[in-house]
Amino acid sequence: MEISASLITVSYLVAGVLFILSLGGLSAQTTARRGNGFGIVGMLLAVGVTALGHVSSFGLLAAAIAIGAGIGALLASRVAMTAMPELVAVLHSFVGLAAVLVGIASYLGGHAALGPTEQLLHEIEIFVGVFVGALTFTGSIIAFFKLRGTIGSKPLLLPGRHALNAGLVAVCVVLALRYVGAPIDDGLPPLLIMTGIAGFLGIHIVMAIGGADMPVVVSMLNSYSGWAAAAAGFMLSNDLLIITGALVGSSGAILSYIMCRAMNRSFLSVIFGGFGADEGKKPAKPAGEPEGEVTPITAPETAGLLRSAKNVVVVPGYGMAVAHAQYPLFEIAELLRKRGASVRFAIHPVAGRLPGHMNVLLAEAKVPYDIVLEMDEINEDFPETDVVLVIGANDIVNPGALDDTSSPIYGMPVLEVWKAKSTIVMKRSMASGYAGVENPLFFKEGTRMLFGDAKKNVDAILTELRSEGSSAAA
Amino acid sequence: MKVGVPKEVRRGERRVAATPETVGRLVKLGFEVLVEADAGAGASFRDAEYVAQGATIAGSARQVWQDVDLVLKVQPPEHHPDLDVHEAELLREGGALISFIFPAKNSELIERLAKRKATVLAIDQVPRITRAQKMDALSSMANIAGYRAVIEAASFYGRFFTGQMTAAGKVPPAKVLVIGAGVAGLSAIGAARGLGAIVRAFDTRAEVREQVQSMGAEFLTVSLQEDGSGAGGYAKEMSKEFIAAEMALFALQAKDVDIIITTALIPGRPAPVLITAEMVQSMRQGSVIVDMAAEAGGNCALTQPGQVITEHGVTIIGYVDLPSRLAPTASQLYGSNLTHLLADMGGAKSFHIDLEDEVVRGAIVLQNGELLWPPPRREAPKPVERKERPPTVPPPSHKKADDSAGASLGVIAAALVLLLLAGAFAPPAFVGHLTVFVLSCFIGWQVVWNVTPALHTPLMSVTNAVSGIILVGGMLQISGPTSSPVVILSAIAVLIATINIAGGFLVTQRMLKMFQR
Repeated sequence: MEISASLITVSYLVAGVLFILSLGGLSAQTTARRGNGFGIVGMLLAVGVTALGHVSSFGLLAAAIAIGAGIGALLASRVAMTAMPELVAVLHSFVGLAAVLVGIASYLGGHAALGPTEQLLHEIEIFVGVFVGALTFTGSIIAFFKLRGTIGSKPLLLPGRHALNAGLVAVCVVLALRYVGAPIDDGLPPLLIMTGIAGFLGIHIVMAIGGADMPVVVSMLNSYSGWAAAAAGFMLSNDLLIITGALVGSSGAILSYIMCRAMNRSFLSVIFGGFGADEGKKPAKPAGEPEGEVTPITAPETAGLLRSAKNVVVVPGYGMAVAHAQYPLFEIAELLRKRGASVRFAIHPVAGRLPGHMNVLLAEAKVPYDIVLEMDEINEDFPETDVVLVIGANDIVNPGALDDTSSPIYGMPVLEVWKAKSTIVMKRSMASGYAGVENPLFFKEGTRMLFGDAKKNVDAILTELRSEGSSAAA
Repeated sequence: MKVGVPKEVRRGERRVAATPETVGRLVKLGFEVLVEADAGAGASFRDAEYVAQGATIAGSARQVWQDVDLVLKVQPPEHHPDLDVHEAELLREGGALISFIFPAKNSELIERLAKRKATVLAIDQVPRITRAQKMDALSSMANIAGYRAVIEAASFYGRFFTGQMTAAGKVPPAKVLVIGAGVAGLSAIGAARGLGAIVRAFDTRAEVREQVQSMGAEFLTVSLQEDGSGAGGYAKEMSKEFIAAEMALFALQAKDVDIIITTALIPGRPAPVLITAEMVQSMRQGSVIVDMAAEAGGNCALTQPGQVITEHGVTIIGYVDLPSRLAPTASQLYGSNLTHLLADMGGAKSFHIDLEDEVVRGAIVLQNGELLWPPPRREAPKPVERKERPPTVPPPSHKKADDSAGASLGVIAAALVLLLLAGAFAPPAFVGHLTVFVLSCFIGWQVVWNVTPALHTPLMSVTNAVSGIILVGGMLQISGPTSSPVVILSAIAVLIATINIAGGFLVTQRMLKMFQR
């Protein structure tokens, strides 16, 4: 079966437009599912046309696709929403690996009918594509293990690591010079060595990044996986790959940028420095050292406060996800809403381990998305709020970020929960957050600390609220 | 260091200077606590509860005064009816005392205490500064009194506070006028609102308007412009014209409202008379006036301090012991105020009188018998200043904004140069791809900025799926002999890229289904 080259090109164009529509659909919850549908149609179209136009060994293709689709479907249906960051990371690594394989295959396949300039460009494209692919692959694997907790979240800081990275890149450049123009047999070893070095570089870079910066890393790898696909598009002269790669690449870049801005950190400092672990940079304990005592509160007292509150805001952090407290939390919100109180959720951009992670977890717990608000939407409302429940969050509600110039997180935009009438902080203990920074919020007059396991405490509050509700009905 | 808590001797006083809970905190601070037997009885605290928190029970009043370094009390020392001796005489020579003292009107008491070489802190003299709020017993008690005033009014008022539509007909809500919106007034507003009444409030200080409105009451004004803010958050005395306008307002309101709660006090003067006998006469039968200024002479001309009377069909409540009528809570808050003060003074281990400390300097009356009151005048904080927020560091923003603008200009320039180079040397096919690439980057940039932050995780998973398009790269090279490395590598690439496509789209679908309104 043959279809014309023009038809293929037009189909690719349509697929590219469908991908753009797919991302565009995500601008609102109401259109998002339709957008995802566009993406699926675009993908089917691209694959179908490519198969008809370029493939002759359908058996192998069908087998590979069937196995891959089976594994993918299994992963997608099994993954817990708390484990989304891991899934995303591992999928990035697949793109990276695929880019490496496609690149090497493309090199081995050779292109006889190219002029010298084209040949040179083609080889450089392969080299760059494989480099980015390998970096993405190993980096994502490490990110995956870090997110799972298999590898500790502490940054691994080798001495002279910047010099090491620079040296490795330099070696890659040298290898590139030996590789271009060489016949395939002579060119292959430098290419493979470079692949190894890029892989090591990926491991090393991600190992050096602290747990709090994981959202940035994941978005960054998302971006890389896009660039890897785009590079593959260049080497194969395939516009669809280029379009898609560019879309994904810029999407990841924007997410990284948003994450960095939410932490008031520059992209470079995230990539090149472990957070809170900068050598000997611990701030000399300043005059801003939080003083005073914390005031603990019990779950029944919290329930009492909530009962009389008209305006409640819940600030969830990763701790909520770890404790799976979102389900009882939703029931509390429902109970309070039935009593006529306004209950809203406030999401900091870097809450969780993935951009938008908290939103997904709350959505899974059936929290309606129109009461889940972004930081900028809700920050002004805190002075009119009666009770704020902070669950498993720390650095994102640290007032030191606004007024303590010596704080390592100074300048990071935070949720200004301390402006509410009372703030209840649920925490395991007084330990500091990922950034290792003391939180003066705990010592504020309106703050009450509810210590213990978040899930147990939330359950206890729910039981308390329910029992009151039934006795009132009786 | 040993602390004694005697039973209060004033008739009708049910409060106590420490509750079992605050005793527990004192013990944690390192104090030994001696409590007189039955000291907490009026506030429903049993001796056993004190013991359970680490206190010792003293058999006699003498012991609790004599055997300790510091006595904590509510009321100023007075004649002890059972022992027939003044409590000041019971204090150990050189001992210390913290209680309400009101030194301005109790000079005789201070002389007695000075003779005992006593060290005395008057909790009522704790300055009203932000740091000392947790020790501000006057505010604690005023808060309770305001609440209780509403409860007293409700119990003498023969109707609902809240309006109701019943099957039998409509009941209109009660109208409450609160005069003076200090701590007590605001608390009364809150309590009356809580019961469902319509609440109006008046205060000479314009600055409290917002606070009144935030409690859900209507803020009444007179047409005259004059601000009555005085030192320390109290009101000052107003001009004749203003008072006349104010009285006209009250006369009008008296005809309309059912309950009047007055809290107007001017420090060091008798309370201003705001509700005249004529106004009382003009009120509806069954109305209630609670005069919270009764102890200072009363804001109502007919008030009898300490009593409830009915004149012209209007009940006038002149209780002077409102906080004591809510004894457990009042004791708890008062005890907490004392505990905070003691913690601030160093706890038991390093207890000391630091005259440099603004709070201690304000509160101290006698040190080892030497008169230190009144404290030297400091710049009294003006109430307007009190309202100002603490100076905040200018909002930290993106310090690098300028740099990054410069940097991005550089990047754009570099990109232009590269593009021109590509145009000069690269083959046309490559330039074509480059065009597609750059335009796609811009489209991606525009589209992705529109994605709502709530959907960033689905965005990542869908881009995961879409980047599986690299599958096409594998497909282009998959045709050939199965043994060739190109085909094998391509097949593997296709396989893992398909994982991405299927996994990414399906998990996105799963997530998006969860987002419900």
